[in-house]
Amino acid sequence: MALRIKPTYTKNEVTTWSIPNYWDIIAMVLVFAGIILLAWHAKQMIAPYHLGDTIPISLDPIYLPTYALRTTLRLFIALFFSLVFTFIFGAWAAKNKHAERLIIPAVDVLQSVPVLSFLAIAAPFFIFIFSNSIFGPECAAIFGIFTAQVWNMTLSFYQGVKTVPNNLKEAARAFRLSAWQCFWRVEVPFSMPGLLWNIMISTSSSWFFVVACEVISLANQDITLPGVGSYIALAIAQKNSGAIVYAICCMLIVIFLYDQLLFRPLIYWAEKFKEAQDDDAKPPRAWIVNLFQQTKLLRSTSSWFSNIGSLLINLPILTVSAKTSPSATKKTSKFFIGFYYFTITLVTAGALFFVGRFIFTTITFTEAKHIMWLGIFTSIRIISMIFLASLIWVPIGVWIGLRPKITAIIQPIIQFAVAFPINLLFPTVAMLIITFKLNVEVWVAPLMVLGTQWYILFNVIAGASALPKELKLAAANFKVTGFLWWRRFILPGIAPSFITGAISATGGAWNASIAAEAINWGTVKLHATGLGAYIQQQSAHGDFPRIISGTIAMCIIVLLINRLFWRPLYNIAVRKFQSD
Amino acid sequence: MSNIQPIIQVKNIKKSFKQNDHQDLLVLDDINLDLHEGEITAILGKSGSGKSTLMRIIAGLIKPSAGEIIYRGKLITAPAEGLAMVFQSFALMPWLTVLQNVELGLEALRVPKNERRTRSLKAIDIVGLDGFESAYPKELSGGMRQRVGFARALVVNPDVLLMDEPFSSLDVLTADNLRSDLLDLWQSKKTNIKTILLVTHNIEEAASLADRIVVFDSTPGHINNELAVDIPHPRNDQNPKFRPLIDNVYTFMTTSATDVGAAYRYKTINLGYRLPNVQISEITGLLDKLYEPEYLDKKVDLPILADELHLDIDDLFPITETLEILRFAQVSKGDIELNAAGKAFADADILERKKIFANHLLSYVPLARYIRRVLDERPEHRASEERFLSELEDYLSEDAAKEVQRVVIEWGRYAEIFAYDYNTGQLSLENPK
Repeated sequence: MALRIKPTYTKNEVTTWSIPNYWDIIAMVLVFAGIILLAWHAKQMIAPYHLGDTIPISLDPIYLPTYALRTTLRLFIALFFSLVFTFIFGAWAAKNKHAERLIIPAVDVLQSVPVLSFLAIAAPFFIFIFSNSIFGPECAAIFGIFTAQVWNMTLSFYQGVKTVPNNLKEAARAFRLSAWQCFWRVEVPFSMPGLLWNIMISTSSSWFFVVACEVISLANQDITLPGVGSYIALAIAQKNSGAIVYAICCMLIVIFLYDQLLFRPLIYWAEKFKEAQDDDAKPPRAWIVNLFQQTKLLRSTSSWFSNIGSLLINLPILTVSAKTSPSATKKTSKFFIGFYYFTITLVTAGALFFVGRFIFTTITFTEAKHIMWLGIFTSIRIISMIFLASLIWVPIGVWIGLRPKITAIIQPIIQFAVAFPINLLFPTVAMLIITFKLNVEVWVAPLMVLGTQWYILFNVIAGASALPKELKLAAANFKVTGFLWWRRFILPGIAPSFITGAISATGGAWNASIAAEAINWGTVKLHATGLGAYIQQQSAHGDFPRIISGTIAMCIIVLLINRLFWRPLYNIAVRKFQSD
Repeated sequence: MSNIQPIIQVKNIKKSFKQNDHQDLLVLDDINLDLHEGEITAILGKSGSGKSTLMRIIAGLIKPSAGEIIYRGKLITAPAEGLAMVFQSFALMPWLTVLQNVELGLEALRVPKNERRTRSLKAIDIVGLDGFESAYPKELSGGMRQRVGFARALVVNPDVLLMDEPFSSLDVLTADNLRSDLLDLWQSKKTNIKTILLVTHNIEEAASLADRIVVFDSTPGHINNELAVDIPHPRNDQNPKFRPLIDNVYTFMTTSATDVGAAYRYKTINLGYRLPNVQISEITGLLDKLYEPEYLDKKVDLPILADELHLDIDDLFPITETLEILRFAQVSKGDIELNAAGKAFADADILERKKIFANHLLSYVPLARYIRRVLDERPEHRASEERFLSELEDYLSEDAAKEVQRVVIEWGRYAEIFAYDYNTGQLSLENPK
């Protein structure tokens, strides 16, 4: 509903003024609290700091809310930069085929680089350029979180812009929208459902890394940024199990609030961008949306914001429309393109030489072999764990997915579970391993999939609940039961979504392996044999050539498994089992 | 026709799409057309005749390979102010409300906000969507969505309205309703529109709206014929001139300009012929229909048949064309008649039908014959579909080649002249295991 604000000078007493109702007060408190916190955090972030200083962290639970806030703010600052990166590079790749050839494979590779390696590699750089301020380590942590969020968002946006239907593109051109207007009015809204979904997955999975990125190891010294992650690290070092319980409770509350205040409103909002109206799958209205829709003042503020938005979209300087011929002007000169590819080749060759020299001056062939060997160990752990998780969750997921009422209850719980930073539970597992004298090599393995197994469950439920009702009835009618029912009906039916889930779970497991293969409790270090533990050790020592070698090894393994196993499998599943 | 300068001149337009390195596919050949003030012109043609491509060239959305479009003395090279388009698929932004969708064109023209609002509300008013300003397109029915499409076109105050099959995604009643509203709007002169160009495959639509019908023929698209319509509105069956007009247009559309007056010859096709996208059930269905006593042994008028079957010509023509290619019927001058083979087919049982069909398919469809020959010659009797696809792409665009291949595979499988494995994309002579 459009609000009509008369363009006259009116005073408060005139009746058109919307008297704030009590909802306004609640919503206003929320908004202003947010603004104040942001300002306070920004001030903390530029406080002076010198390498070697220790930042005091207290295990007193009274500090936990502040720590939680700072942790949360880091996540959102990273999200902001992820969005900026996504809009720039996703759109660029979608629109320019020369850029596409470089950006998309690069993002593909970067996605397989473990987040904690990014952190280890980038931290010295940021600390060096902001050398006298806490801003350096903060940037490093935020950069780490950024790398945990951004790649799938960029790919999703790229995919969205690439697949804008031709008729909408034509309409935009026929009515002569400028590139800038077209971007905000057509391309961004069209990509929004996919992008939002990826933002939500990204933020959920980055809670894990926010916690992990707060402790930055540099030159055998830990920089601990104030936050829940550092709190946990200190609690582990001091063997304070009470503090760990506090931290877990605190994160549960944070995730709950995040789920209520952000996740659900976003899901609700995303409906707007969907082409068709599906009545059964309509998400419940989020209370926060209701709150903001019931407040008159805030509603008019938001309409004021949307006016500013439309003003920006229609800013005269930015709306220079293409007046010249439709395609002829786009032809960049051949010389420039040739130069572009020449530069890429040159830079690639240079980088190859540089990296090669850097690594092979310190790493011998036997060590390289050892690294690959460690990689195989980790692969075996991950593959067997994904297999085990599938064995457990596929039947449960199918059972849930075929029962809509239970699905409606379980799905929000899983969303919650996905977001919970599972590394908070690692010390507990470490305690168990020590107490029961369990085999470290075996018992760290479940940790890798503890957080990512939910993707399998989530996707299987989605797949099973999407199976056409008539197929279920037909199967029942022809008395297809037992093993036949699984083999001919359920498994093919859920195959594409199960594989999607398994791919996400495996990717997450590789990332988690760095945190999971080497866990500590006080002074006891439980290190399993594996590539994850290797990278973590080398990060702690700040041994760059070895961090990079380990990372490259992991990248290669992940890419190989993706290309040779998951992608063909997915294609077969879609081709064979997906009815169009 | 007025003797003043036409509003739009289409001069020697040619368009070809790049096929592969050494070949181009010609879709429009030497089109000349003038659009005059106060006139509704309809371009009528089968699907794939390039009529929509021509409209996009006029709109400045596609560049012609040769020739030029002159709009009020100026060369058109990009979408120009004064030309507005209505799309078959409506092309509304699903995330914008009706009002925002209508405002979009004005935003592009940098009209200030308040003026934008008033003009849009007025346009919404004109098309009769008052009260739906804040609705999203997904809440509206097809007819109402197209009204938004009209409002969006009207609001930019164009003097040329380009309409690309604007009614063909709508059901019959809604389309009728919208057509008469359009006509009222045009006759009331409430808008600035000086000329309308309508692209359609629906003969009755063209006949009921247009002052001039331009009949398009395909491969490559060219103007086959042009006829002026001077029947007063509203045009319907009550007017004695209306039926003959439609019959006349049908005849034009089933007869290419060259073979008027010649003795009947079956259409002979080559390897790369664009086989019509017709399913076996449609072929057998029409044959069965024509075998009914009502139609047997006489020339059946296509408009009457279309009416009887509740089909558009876009749906009927491909089927009659298929019957002609496969030599089950003779089609000429807007009439169709079963021949002996057609009767034999309609009379046969399922297995016998397959035999007759296989026989005709191998005799008259060179592509089917060719695939069979390749499979026969190979020792292992199998071949990949890719192989034939790349060969078809020498004649057809990528999409058309895929479609033709799908069609020939369906016909061939029905005739049991070869087998096909979906998962591997292999054609073979084996029976399925």
